[in-house]
Amino acid sequence: MPDPMRIRATAKDGVADVRVLMAHEMETGQRKDAAGKIIPAWHITEVTASLNGKPVLAAHWGPAISKNPYLQFKIKGAKAGDKIGISWTDTKGEKRTDEATVS
Amino acid sequence: MNPSRRQSLQAASGFGVYAALVALGLLPAGPAAAQQFASAFQTKSIADTLKALGAGAPAESKDVIINSPDIAENGAVVPVGVRSNLPRTEMIALLVEKNPNALAGAYTLLEGAEPDVNMRIKMGQSSDVYALVKADGKYYMAKKEIKVTLGGCGG
Repeated sequence: MPDPMRIRATAKDGVADVRVLMAHEMETGQRKDAAGKIIPAWHITEVTASLNGKPVLAAHWGPAISKNPYLQFKIKGAKAGDKIGISWTDTKGEKRTDEATVS
Repeated sequence: MNPSRRQSLQAASGFGVYAALVALGLLPAGPAAAQQFASAFQTKSIADTLKALGAGAPAESKDVIINSPDIAENGAVVPVGVRSNLPRTEMIALLVEKNPNALAGAYTLLEGAEPDVNMRIKMGQSSDVYALVKADGKYYMAKKEIKVTLGGCGG
């Protein structure tokens, strides 16, 4: 099971600022190991964000996103107490979903 | 024979039909959009990526803003933000010209999301970075050069 995400969401003037830090290797498939063999690609491909269960943002990622990806975005009309859900899927089909409350 | 070439060819041919159906409103954009982005991630050059995204020749716009340092010390972690001031922005994509695959990330904005996203990307070397924005059915873009002192794709 992958490590949990860290999600911070703060509401200000009717806009929620959401910051997410995911724990993932994000291997590009370009690097070689000590024996000269290519390390296969392994990275997050899809991230979806929802506000109170309603999808607001879908991110499509390639291997060029940094290791332990950071994502920041803004949601209009979100207020304190609202639920932010984030889930990702990687190239191995692994998934992780976490939830946070807007403060 | 290169299997990925075969797959991307198939994906590309299937995509045309999907795009037409989505444009007509016959299909929800979800799975088609995912397939479109999957084929766009296979492309290498900026021009091919734009083609795979169906963007054609986007107009340069001052309302698309790339927020990043001019010089990144570590190419493995380059913070980049893209903001659009265009009304009805529905998609934001970030392309790095000199990376092995130009497309770094793309964001589909649904109702409620502000056209303002920040991320951290890898850059192999100093390069021009393009932000592509789809607003109200049209494509716009902005360009910025980011210098990298230490590449992020080595090993």
